[in-house]
Amino acid sequence: MAKIIGGLTTSHVPAIGGAIAKGLQQDPYWKPFFDGFGPAREWLAETKPDVAVIFYNDHGLNFFLDKMPTFAIGAARQYFNADEGWGIPTVAPFDGSLDLSWKIIDHLVSREFDVTTCQEMLIDHAATMPLKLFWPNDEGPTQIVPVCINTVQFPLPSAKRCIALGKAVGEAVAGWDSDKKVVMIGSGGLSHQLEGQRAGFINKPFDLAFMKSLIDDPEWAAQFSILELVEKTGTQGVELLMWLAARAAVPGDVRKVHSNYHIPISNTAAGMMALAAA
Amino acid sequence: MSVVSHEIFGTTPFDGAQARKGYALNKMCFSFNDGTARAKFLADEDAYMRDFGLNEEQAKAIRARDVLGLLAAGGNVYYLAKFAGILGLDVQDLGAAQTGMSKEAFKARLVAQNEQPETL
Repeated sequence: MAKIIGGLTTSHVPAIGGAIAKGLQQDPYWKPFFDGFGPAREWLAETKPDVAVIFYNDHGLNFFLDKMPTFAIGAARQYFNADEGWGIPTVAPFDGSLDLSWKIIDHLVSREFDVTTCQEMLIDHAATMPLKLFWPNDEGPTQIVPVCINTVQFPLPSAKRCIALGKAVGEAVAGWDSDKKVVMIGSGGLSHQLEGQRAGFINKPFDLAFMKSLIDDPEWAAQFSILELVEKTGTQGVELLMWLAARAAVPGDVRKVHSNYHIPISNTAAGMMALAAA
Repeated sequence: MSVVSHEIFGTTPFDGAQARKGYALNKMCFSFNDGTARAKFLADEDAYMRDFGLNEEQAKAIRARDVLGLLAAGGNVYYLAKFAGILGLDVQDLGAAQTGMSKEAFKARLVAQNEQPETL
């Protein structure tokens, strides 16, 4: 059976793609962010996952309001990145894992998740950036399965529901008849708000408590409604749902390999964690 | 009935009511993923807005580059960001415009968030 090695979480911001393209990793503004990934990369070089399941939110590249799925599962042979309209360079396509995609889809529907399946799916910076951050030389997983969670249009799925989704994805992977090693990735957050008079909102104590909870008490955030999460973390901080799903997809306890938290990158409190399955 | 059960300062969750109001505006901004569409918009903004059926409130806010006006007219920030991209503006420009600060002051305020306590 497939082996789940652990979970990786990170913030995503379009500007990170620009910084990578320009080689600004050691620039004083960016260094505290990029340096956080070093110890995680060492762990990944030892554990060598073959496949990544990526929980992320689309920012209006693949999905528009004409059709807005709550949970969309990639089932494509290849996933292309494309122009998002703001000038960050596009990255080369990633291969899919069709067998795992369908294993996940079959299992999720059997567990009463009414998902949307996508045999074509453009993936935006939220899905591609973690791969470039954790494996800067493209030495990482050779196949991916993107899982998109709607954070564009309310109502959003609850924290509790996203945890349940993550658990069910973890069950599907654990039951996959394969010798592959799989890593779960959550891409989003942490606290930030782009729009309105509250733009620039950041909540450091909440972010730090949330990061700690993923190790000690991974369902802690489920006590909050979506609007409470918006209030505590900002309208885009609610992307922490991706972290919850990714953590829940790793069964049982985890050991912290490394974490980092830095304010700000762009308008965002930027965090990352690498968690090894215990 | 809105999904919003309590008010959050300076925040309008993009719910069904906003999605209905802002559809044409957001559809136009979604089109800006495509470089040809961006060039077409820049060549004749009014004609491009008419093609997408923007109402006067939306068109006025586009012409004025009025971010808060675009939000009030049903704009969603994920799509509006693509309009900002055409103008060469980043999210810190947007933040400054929406909070009535200079960009430098807005950036300084972000850095100052480091001084928040570490525990709840």
